[in-house]
Amino acid sequence: MSATAAGWLQVALLVIALVAVHKPLGDWMARVFTTDATPPLGQKWPFLPQGSRHWRVERLVYRAVGVDADAEQRWPVYLRSVLAFSLVSVLFLYLLQRVQQWLPLENDMAAVEPGSAWNTAISFVTNTNWQGYSGESTMGHLVQMAGLAVQNFVSAAVGIAVAIALVRGFARSGTDRLGNFWVDVTRAITRVLLPLATVAAVVLVLGGVVQNLSSGTDATTLAGATQFLPGGPVASQEAIKELGTNGGGFYNANSAHPFEGPSAWISLFQVFLLLVIPFSLPRTFGRMVGDRKQGYAIVGVMAGLAAASLALTSWAQARAGGAALQLAGAATEGQEVRFGGPLSALFGTATTLTSTGAVNSMHDSYTPTGGLLVMANMMLGEVAPGGVGSGLYGMLVLAVVAVFVAGLMVGRTPEYLGKKLGRREMTLASLYVLVTPVLVLTGTAVAVATDSGLGSLLNSGSHGLSEVLYAFTSASNNNGSAFAGLSANTPFYNTALGLSMAFGRFLPIVLVVALAGRLAAQGRAPVTAGTLPTHQPLFVGLLGAVVLVVVGLTYFPALALGPLAEALA
Amino acid sequence: MTTALDRRPVSTAPTDPRPRAAIEWGPALAGAVRKLDPRGLVRQPVVFVVWVGSVFSTVLALTDPSVFGWLIAGWLWLTVLFANAAEAVAEGRGKAQADTLRKARQTTVAYLLDGTEVPAADLRPGMRVVVVAGQVIPGDGDVVEGIASVDESAITGESAPVIRESGGDRSAVTGGTTVLSDRIVVEITSKPGETFVDRMIALVEGASRQRTPNEIALNILLSSLTIVFLVVVITLQPLAIYSGAEQSLTTLIALVVCLIPTTIGALLSAIGIAGMDRLVQRNVLAMSGRAVEAAGDVNTLLLDKTGTITLGNRQASEFVAVGGCSDDEVADAAQLASLADETPEGRSIVVLAKERYGLRGRDDLPGAEFVPFTAQTRMSGVDLPDGRQLRKGAAGAVLAWVRAQDGPVPPEVGDVVDGISAAGGTPLLLASTTADGARVLGVIHLKDVVKAGMAERFAELRRMGIRTVMITGDNERTARAIAAEAGIDDVLAEATPEDKLALIQREQAGGRLVAMTGDGTNDAPALAQADVGVAMNTGTTAAKEAGNMVDLDSDPTKLIEIVEIGKQLLITRGSLTTFSIANDLAKYFAILPAMFASAFPGLDALNVMRLSSPESAILSAVVFNALIIVALVPLALRGVKYRPASASAMLRRNLLLYGVGGVVLPFVGIKLIDLLVSLIPGIA
Repeated sequence: MSATAAGWLQVALLVIALVAVHKPLGDWMARVFTTDATPPLGQKWPFLPQGSRHWRVERLVYRAVGVDADAEQRWPVYLRSVLAFSLVSVLFLYLLQRVQQWLPLENDMAAVEPGSAWNTAISFVTNTNWQGYSGESTMGHLVQMAGLAVQNFVSAAVGIAVAIALVRGFARSGTDRLGNFWVDVTRAITRVLLPLATVAAVVLVLGGVVQNLSSGTDATTLAGATQFLPGGPVASQEAIKELGTNGGGFYNANSAHPFEGPSAWISLFQVFLLLVIPFSLPRTFGRMVGDRKQGYAIVGVMAGLAAASLALTSWAQARAGGAALQLAGAATEGQEVRFGGPLSALFGTATTLTSTGAVNSMHDSYTPTGGLLVMANMMLGEVAPGGVGSGLYGMLVLAVVAVFVAGLMVGRTPEYLGKKLGRREMTLASLYVLVTPVLVLTGTAVAVATDSGLGSLLNSGSHGLSEVLYAFTSASNNNGSAFAGLSANTPFYNTALGLSMAFGRFLPIVLVVALAGRLAAQGRAPVTAGTLPTHQPLFVGLLGAVVLVVVGLTYFPALALGPLAEALA
Repeated sequence: MTTALDRRPVSTAPTDPRPRAAIEWGPALAGAVRKLDPRGLVRQPVVFVVWVGSVFSTVLALTDPSVFGWLIAGWLWLTVLFANAAEAVAEGRGKAQADTLRKARQTTVAYLLDGTEVPAADLRPGMRVVVVAGQVIPGDGDVVEGIASVDESAITGESAPVIRESGGDRSAVTGGTTVLSDRIVVEITSKPGETFVDRMIALVEGASRQRTPNEIALNILLSSLTIVFLVVVITLQPLAIYSGAEQSLTTLIALVVCLIPTTIGALLSAIGIAGMDRLVQRNVLAMSGRAVEAAGDVNTLLLDKTGTITLGNRQASEFVAVGGCSDDEVADAAQLASLADETPEGRSIVVLAKERYGLRGRDDLPGAEFVPFTAQTRMSGVDLPDGRQLRKGAAGAVLAWVRAQDGPVPPEVGDVVDGISAAGGTPLLLASTTADGARVLGVIHLKDVVKAGMAERFAELRRMGIRTVMITGDNERTARAIAAEAGIDDVLAEATPEDKLALIQREQAGGRLVAMTGDGTNDAPALAQADVGVAMNTGTTAAKEAGNMVDLDSDPTKLIEIVEIGKQLLITRGSLTTFSIANDLAKYFAILPAMFASAFPGLDALNVMRLSSPESAILSAVVFNALIIVALVPLALRGVKYRPASASAMLRRNLLLYGVGGVVLPFVGIKLIDLLVSLIPGIA
């Protein structure tokens, strides 16, 4: 089978799998976050004790944290819970890295250096999983499991919780309650992420991903040399790495490492894992607001943008210029040559469109146009379909902006799902749109204007600029993938990218939760023939256009000097 | 009398009833220069940024003179001026109206009941003044004694005098209007400086103009876009320096100005002022811009039946022959019986006989004796010289009259009468007595006639998603029949003021916005509760105070136009915002290659317009950006074309026109300007 045919088959399989799974998964998540049902008297439900809507293990968590799981929170309290929880997580993760040499399963690793530890703590708590370090030579098994893998679950759950809070803002009316953060985050883990990750880990182990607590073995290669083969609990972490759109690899080479990505179908399975929750959440949204078509509209925009991006990237990679590349059939440098170019393009597109950042190929080596596209994917704001939770809330905020302009054009005060978009709503949405571009562009400008920033560049000219731009785009959008070619483990980049990640994650969350609070407090305007329909193809196209226009206008100049200059050279 | 003339179709779109005034650019430019004061400009963040850019580029042009530098600086100032002029033009239109009104305020003296003369400025609420024919009413108030005809043309522009009398719903008088006949005693209701005319002047001049919620929300979005583009350009310089393509400050300023949404930013306040002005031109005064916006959002319209949906009076719609009479016989009898009947109903019978049966009017019937309607007989008719007596009237009365003469009553009469009643009409029985005895000839069907064009209008409203509710004192059955004919969605029959209020509250509880008209004091609570309450100028002071709009023409149908103007205002804002943002694409394609093609020759591929030189490209974009403001001023003042349609249809149309058009137009415009600009020495 030719590589192209294989590529088509892979995409087809992926789409079929996503279409098949999004419905039950989306519906299940809607139930998880709306159900208040308790087992009827005399009947026993699995996990649920008599008279409680919480699973036993969840009640243990609530008791340990000391929260009343049956009390709902107002938006400031919900937000405070998100921020406090994340702050504690950062501190804990930092501490764990700093003292790992004294703890069991340290795997002979020394304490992680402070700048790197800080950067890594932020990185994993913000669901970015930018890795300025090399996993197998820095982190012991305990940090990997109790620190990083736990944050893989928790940061994804936080994203889901915030998205659910916003959805509740649309679904509810006339209330100041958004739900309970602790319940949402716990349920996201116990009822969604853990079960899925368990199944996924088993599949990965069956597919040849390693899973042990060994500190590695020395093997003698065919040529007679000795090679050190690092082992570890890879499969368990790999599952949630993709599922939670985290992307932090166990190994430095990430999914390109044969122990992390042993075969083509496992690579494809990983792509499925990282797309499955973001593509299912719109269904949850549609369910919760009581109009499934609204969910389909959102998923339509996401899928349309993703399909366009994949097509362009595959095309750009396949038509690479140069006699040598044409002879090879496509650009091959840095590609996952074991599985062929198309799977590299698919993985690269999926990982940058979601906030995953896992890689099975090196984006730095893509053709300039391919590199431009994976960068543009992240610049979309990670909304097609975006990170777990963050993709949905990002797209909903953009929908608010689109509805505002389009709503005016039909002659009414704009309203989305019956919620009027007035001064406060637009302030929050406008600020949201502002955050990431400001972080990306300011970060990049400071980096190329200072010696400490320029010092890390391995390439000069346009390609060097692309590397810096990519790093800040990746960090601010909480993607975490790297363009490579940039020595990022320096005090400057550890700090600057750490700040980008933190602000890029939490400023939008602050705005989203506040927006959710505003929306929930509103009443609901009835839908009439004069209401802008937000479930029709016209709106889907419009929202897609708004996403592209906002991104295009913001990043065009920077892209022109980086990858575009390179591509047109 | 109501005739076919009254049934002319109602216009379906808010057409400007007055000839469109030419835009007076002269005074507007003078106003624009006055508005260059940055303290005032801070209210418009987008224009303010351009102002700052103009100052900077001027300083740069002074320190480092070049043709390019001076031209950019000049055009940036022009951009600010054009933005200011747009606002000044909109305000100027109101000023003319205000000047007319000021003349109405010239009254200086008032006469108290005891004849003492006091300055009008000293009048306080509760004081009573006497106004006689020829005098100007010194202040707003209610007539508490007497009746007079009043010339209100100073305010309404309508020259026909109106009657104002004490008690009832026609007691309110407005300061500045002139009493033409008789003598009235007026109790003053407003403080000096806060009269209706004072408020009108403030409103049309835009002095009391406050930005409306939607305008504020849009301004926030525009400000945020402005910040994004400022950041984009500020951070571009380090990237450019790194790339070895450092840019001059003038170029960067030009880029900022081209990217920020100057078009909509410049026209935003003009659009708001013009929206109010369009209402004023239709003789509607909105007490706040908020009310105009709310009008666009209205979900439910409460319409009074009489005068809005139907003509004021019932009209004959058909003759039904009974007992073997021919139709012509009935028509002939009906006409004869109504010749002397001057009531609108009687007139309509004659009209119907003429229009439907071709019976010419007979002016005088020699020897005929007309029998007028009395409350006792409840019949009217005519006694002809040949001995024939014709009577028409209420079914009971006519039947009694026939039976008294032992005349037969055809069995179908009961069915016909009931049928007409059931359809919401009023049956009039027609009978005659001849030598052969009395007999029932037929039944005249009188019914409320729905104004022509209203059914289409309501269908339009339904397509726009607006529900119509007819308010009437009629019983449910009659009301439903008329509603069905007019295409009204719902009725509130046998309505009391309390019912109206309750209906509004019920609608609002469901999240709907309600608009209504009213004139009576008992309408006041409902007018106050409604989101858009339009008080008739003929109405009471209480009603005018309670509503948030006053219709000087007192035409309840205008509610529909008000809704359309509200929508038009919002559509204009949305469309120009879309247009403004869509323009940026072409500007990037003009400016970016101009900035960077020297460092990266490959980027010249982006120069799709093949502009002649970098300077020419940048200057052309700036010039286009300034000229498009001027070009769009008429559109901003007039409002974009509005045709009632469903939301999707409207969105599709406006997206195509202003979105796609906004992408394409600047490519053409900038190219054309470049052809001219490249002729300037020092630029090419």
